[in-house]
Amino acid sequence: MYEIISKRRLNSTITWLVIKAPLVARKARPGQFIILRTDEYGERIPLTMAGHDSEKGTIDIIYQAVGKTTLLLDQFEVGDALLDVVGPLGRPTEMEGLKRVAVVGGGTGNALAYPIAKGMYDTGIQVDMIAGFQTKDVVILEEEFRAGTSNLYITTDDGSYGEKGFTTDKLKALIESGEKYDEVVAVGPPVMMKFVCQLTAKYGIKTVVSLTAYMVDGTGMCGGCRVVIGGENKFACVDGPEFDGQLVNWDELIQRNSFYKEQEQEDMVHVCRLTGGVRCHD
Amino acid sequence: MINLVKEKNPMPEQDPMVRNKNFKEVSTGYTADMAINEAMRCLQCRKKPCTGGCPVRVRIPEFIARIAAGEFEEAYQVISTTSSLPAICGRVCPQENQCEGRCVQGLKGEPVAIGRLERFAADWHREHGSGEAAAQADSNGRKVAVVGSGPAGLACAGDLIAKGYGVTVYESLHKEGGVLAYGIPEFRLPKDIVSSEVSALKDRGVCFINNAVVGMSMTVDELFEDGFEAVFVGTGAGLPQFMNIPGENLLGVYSANEYLTRINLMKAYKPEYDTPIQISRKVAVIGGGNVAMDAARCAKRMGAEEVHIVYRRSMEEIPARQEEIHHAIEEGIHFQLLTNPVAIRGTEKGYVCGLECVEMELGEPDASGRRRPVEKKDSNFVLEVDAVIMAIGTRLNKLILETTENLSANSRGGIGAEEETGATSCPGVFAGGDAVTGAATVILAMGAGKNAADSIDRYLEKRV
Ligand SMILES: Cc1cc2nc3c(=O)[nH]c(=O)nc-3n(C[C@H](O)[C@H](O)[C@H](O)COP(=O)(O)OP(=O)(O)OC[C@H]3O[C@@H](n4cnc5c(N)ncnc54)[C@H](O)[C@@H]3O)c2cc1C
Ligand SMILES: Cc1cc2nc3c(=O)[nH]c(=O)nc-3n(C[C@H](O)[C@H](O)[C@H](O)COP(=O)(O)OP(=O)(O)OC[C@H]3O[C@@H](n4cnc5c(N)ncnc54)[C@H](O)[C@@H]3O)c2cc1C
Ligand code: SF4
Ligand code: FES
Repeated sequence: MYEIISKRRLNSTITWLVIKAPLVARKARPGQFIILRTDEYGERIPLTMAGHDSEKGTIDIIYQAVGKTTLLLDQFEVGDALLDVVGPLGRPTEMEGLKRVAVVGGGTGNALAYPIAKGMYDTGIQVDMIAGFQTKDVVILEEEFRAGTSNLYITTDDGSYGEKGFTTDKLKALIESGEKYDEVVAVGPPVMMKFVCQLTAKYGIKTVVSLTAYMVDGTGMCGGCRVVIGGENKFACVDGPEFDGQLVNWDELIQRNSFYKEQEQEDMVHVCRLTGGVRCHD
Repeated sequence: MINLVKEKNPMPEQDPMVRNKNFKEVSTGYTADMAINEAMRCLQCRKKPCTGGCPVRVRIPEFIARIAAGEFEEAYQVISTTSSLPAICGRVCPQENQCEGRCVQGLKGEPVAIGRLERFAADWHREHGSGEAAAQADSNGRKVAVVGSGPAGLACAGDLIAKGYGVTVYESLHKEGGVLAYGIPEFRLPKDIVSSEVSALKDRGVCFINNAVVGMSMTVDELFEDGFEAVFVGTGAGLPQFMNIPGENLLGVYSANEYLTRINLMKAYKPEYDTPIQISRKVAVIGGGNVAMDAARCAKRMGAEEVHIVYRRSMEEIPARQEEIHHAIEEGIHFQLLTNPVAIRGTEKGYVCGLECVEMELGEPDASGRRRPVEKKDSNFVLEVDAVIMAIGTRLNKLILETTENLSANSRGGIGAEEETGATSCPGVFAGGDAVTGAATVILAMGAGKNAADSIDRYLEKRV
């Protein structure tokens, strides 16, 4: 069993958990993820590790409560335990040879960008972080980014905090003002990643994205996480989750991520209405 | 007294039109009377050709004689001296190509129903046995790690613990059993049986660590650093293959592994489980092996009105077990033989709406000895379906090969290992089962696990 050591709400839907998982913590690296199952009836869902402490044997996850499993996860309190945590999975972020990088995060994607940005910064890479949010109320991880990056730029779509505009606007402004990046890393909604890649392609800057695909096993066994990269099928769980964004077939990715939408909507309404988030058959 | 009836005692089964709507076991098993009656058909041949057809050399006429005498527990004990998973083998082994394929009774009539008798003895033991664990060897204080808890890993672990080794099994999924847990459906192999085999190993002292992906959570080299003196790799061949035809990433195209895992391991057919799965009306399953049959029969049970097996050769060449094909036909699965898919068609929103196929005819035999299917010109047609399941085979997953220094592959892309001993290019690392041979059978995987246990024992004895 995987005990929850601490729980911290970052905003109304995003929560940070520290979980006891010594086997995972021992090997975890930035960019890798875990798969968890809350209980016997639960789905297996993938979540990026926001950090880890190999001495204490703990890992960090930051998740947004968007559907059934993440809502159930939100019911867990310190001292409760998850049934299964597998990992670390996926390839770690590649950092070799990089000196200066811009990391672009969008919404919850900032949670996935955080370990990458911090991991790079900790190895001595200069990291400019552009963290984009819809509005002031949902801004997360500001302090963490301030402490773990070289420069932090916050944008909001409505201008209620930081600079008004999209992350792509800020990235464009930085590049045009003469900042030179070896690489851009973009993590967020697929549409945002797609536009970042279109922008950086124009300037010839290599861009790495972290893709979220439906996953079951996370070890290359089910093929459910397949994504098209440069016209070839790759499995996000073992070949990724990070890929060269300029080679991603975005339209197909966006389409595949909508597969279970209707079913999930129904499930979610069920959890909320009937039980306020707790399983009824337990 | 010998029973001269030429046919096997028929297996009691659920009615096909009832069972194709539930996940309960299809065959309900012989009663004691049926088992004795069937056992009487055995001629007790002195040369035992049946035993020669069994990859783990079950002492077949001996256990059958015990059943004929009504000594069911003794029959089980005879089997368990060579096979650690009789309740499983009795259900899923392709007996027609193995023991029963060589049975003398099969020359003039039907062979003795060896598989059904094996299942009977094992089920009898589970229900009536004393539950006493086999006598334990004294611990020799040495540790061996087993990677993967499929039949290869379980057989290896069972034999090693019997020899006195401390055994830890590392499994990447949350449940033990490999394909027995995630692939083969409940209606063919109840999961309780798999769990009870695993519990029996736990009772005998085997330690299982689930949620541990060797190659990611720890490497094989790190297992040695942790004090294991040998490692057996039985990770199976789980990487699904696709056909590379247009439309394979449309919504509603599954690999058989994903489809079966959602259903069998993640229990998508039970409403209290969260696992999402598409509810399809018309399904095409591509392939002709056991995996294809299982996927098709699951689709039917998930409520599909129409399920088609699309296979490019004819009924003569189809690789699935006879019994499974027969069961599938009874349950209303359609067989589109000599048919090959060329593209999958989708709606505007990306959902599957059809499978474009071409008719085939059989030409000259190819390297595999089977007649090679060739396309008939201008014979394209569209099968209207809303889901397509790819069951065209799997390959080895490379996690361990890529992360273990000096471990070499074989020509099929599996782990390179000697057939007899399981020894690999890395000292102390042994491998067997599907990870070495590519997709094969439960009994061959078990045989490989047992052989490896023997050679690990010899290897460690030399290396005091
Ligand atoms: C490698 C990887 C890392 C991830 N890291 C994080 C993270 O650090 N923090 C975080 O909040 N989320 C992360 N996600 C997304 C997270 O897995 C999904 O939000 C979660 O599975 C939703 O589960 P649910 O049952 O609550 O919602 P559901 O009801 O299942 O779905 C709600 C929405 O989430 C989408 N979704 C569902 N499952 C997945 C999935 N497996 N991958 C992508 N989208 C999905 C659905 O399309 C739907 O729109 C990650 C996904 C992947 C593949
Ligand atoms: C749907 C289906 C139906 C079948 N029907 C039959 C049948 O009727 N009769 C028959 O004889 N055979 C059948 N087979 C074939 C048979 O199941 C396999 O040949 C057999 O299971 C192989 O055993 P194994 O132990 O080598 O591997 P597997 O059963 O594949 O087990 C491997 C295990 O290793 C785990 N693993 C993989 N990688 C790692 C890692 N890096 N770290 C830790 N653990 C890992 C996997 O999760 C899995 O549990 C069928 C196969 C399928 C898929
Ligand atoms: S070959 Fe058939 S008849 Fe002969 S001993 Fe074996 S099972 Fe009995
Ligand atoms: S999650 Fe199953 S192959 Fe990637």
